[in-house]
Amino acid sequence: MTSQTSQENNMLPDPYSVPLESINLSDPNLYSQNRWEDYFRRVRDEDPVHYLKESPFGPFWSVTRFEDIVAVDTNHVDFSSEPWIMIGDPDPTLPLENFISMDPPKHDDQRAAVQSVVAPRNLAAMEDLIRERIATILDKLPVNESFDWVSNVSIELTSQMLATIFDFPYEDRHKLVYWSEMATGAPELSGGTALPEERFAALQDMVTTFAGLWEQKSASRKAGNPVGFDLISLLESNEDTRDMITRPAEFMGNLGLLIVGGNDTTRHSISGSVLAMDRFPEEFEKLCANPKLIPSMVSEIIRWQTPLSHMRRVANCDIELGGKLIKKGDKVVMWYISGNRDDRVIDNPNQVIIDRAKARHHLSFGFGIHRCMGNRLGEMQLRITWEEILKRFDKIEVLEEPERVRSNFVSGYTSMQVKLRPKSR
Amino acid sequence: MIDLTFVEHNGEHHRVSAKQGTNLMQVAVDNAIPGIDADCGGSCACGTCHVRVSQQWLDKVGAPSESEALMLEMTPEHDARSRLACQVTIQPEMSGMIVDIPEFQM
Ligand code: HEM
Ligand code: FES
Repeated sequence: MTSQTSQENNMLPDPYSVPLESINLSDPNLYSQNRWEDYFRRVRDEDPVHYLKESPFGPFWSVTRFEDIVAVDTNHVDFSSEPWIMIGDPDPTLPLENFISMDPPKHDDQRAAVQSVVAPRNLAAMEDLIRERIATILDKLPVNESFDWVSNVSIELTSQMLATIFDFPYEDRHKLVYWSEMATGAPELSGGTALPEERFAALQDMVTTFAGLWEQKSASRKAGNPVGFDLISLLESNEDTRDMITRPAEFMGNLGLLIVGGNDTTRHSISGSVLAMDRFPEEFEKLCANPKLIPSMVSEIIRWQTPLSHMRRVANCDIELGGKLIKKGDKVVMWYISGNRDDRVIDNPNQVIIDRAKARHHLSFGFGIHRCMGNRLGEMQLRITWEEILKRFDKIEVLEEPERVRSNFVSGYTSMQVKLRPKSR
Repeated sequence: MIDLTFVEHNGEHHRVSAKQGTNLMQVAVDNAIPGIDADCGGSCACGTCHVRVSQQWLDKVGAPSESEALMLEMTPEHDARSRLACQVTIQPEMSGMIVDIPEFQM
């Protein structure tokens, strides 16, 4: 009985029953309980640039409408990405520096050094390998019985992809997943549950492992071998980033960025796509009837899911937005998850419509100089996954409400029980 | 009307005519030219309307602005002929201009 009462106490109230100024969009329960849609609708309609005086992350502004988010994201002069792009500030004993939280010109140099690894030309060369790995995972799945899609498919698949782009030892690929979760899972960053000691140990292990890999690549290059086309080799061989190994905070931060960037986001999009096709069966029928819609469906899913709920900026000067005066030094949070539900720009935003006009016009990858570097890789993984799913299965049934991540930063699923129906021949 | 030609990576030519004052991305989208995604809808914020202007029209098009140049940096395949189509305003002196569409947008 007590547990039932405490559960009820934890249930969030109706967003329209609480004072507007007290609405806290950083509450991680909004996301784990899947209640964020209504809360954001109210704020978008009634107070689109919303100030909260007190929160576990300090005072902050919430930018909730599509056009306002584009305005902030594309204005890197007035809105800085330094020192950090999550709503919470990182633990100062665990210094992290990476180019997603740097302003020009440093950002530009570091990004330029690594972006070719995930450029479409390189990806095209990787497509066959990726398809083969996805096919192997799908072929091993049980049919007509219940299993967890998140651990058996989404996590497995993204960790294999990460191991591929890092040229990371294949058998140790699960470490990448673990490190990624530890990197963003701290309570002070996102309202997550990772313990500080565990987090520290994990990130330490990550640095040591990558430093080893780095030394290996370096020795190989100096011995006259050709430079590999993986991320570590590129960083190690590029003049602008070669001495990164001597700056541990930057080294750890940039690797963490590439791992987190490529891990949680794609994973939750894959899980989200399965949920969407279960929730919107007429859309799944459209897809089966016309697999040419897969690329457009992929963009639509990435919008609907919005795997990263927000990015944060700090105002460099006093600046007006939506009739409010943001003060120099204030935290400004762009809620992509809300902008992607803004019916001022997107018709029927809560609906998944796989052949939507302008499906690519969404906020999930951000806009401006920090626009997602790996967006083509993420899209490609989803596209191939669905091409291979449609060859094998007639239906993926989601058996119960999925469990969701408790975080205001990563929007996704910790488990999703499904049952597969093989294709009738 | 101003005549323009888009050339796809596979060599296919598309001859179109455009109104003065519109932008090159809009012309491509209105004529359903493949290879231009224009994810941000023309805000100079995504880089997915990358094109290459043929050499002899470069001075008519002019140099990219600072923010355009920053966005162009984000594709590893940019070069001296690269522009973001949404930032090129169609002018009468561009009549006959040939624009190459890259193999990939990033
Ligand atoms: C569906 C999948 C993905 C989503 C939704 C996503 C989302 C985002 C977002 C919202 C940003 C910040 C944009 C801004 O501030 O304007 C970003 C940046 C970034 N993403 Fe992704 N991402 C995805 C996949 C990937 C993958 C696969 C990689 C792997 C390499 C990656 C690497 C990065 C990097 C390195 C940045 C920093 C770019 C910069 O600051 O210049 N992302 N991503
Ligand atoms: S359409 Fe996005 S930069 Fe031109």
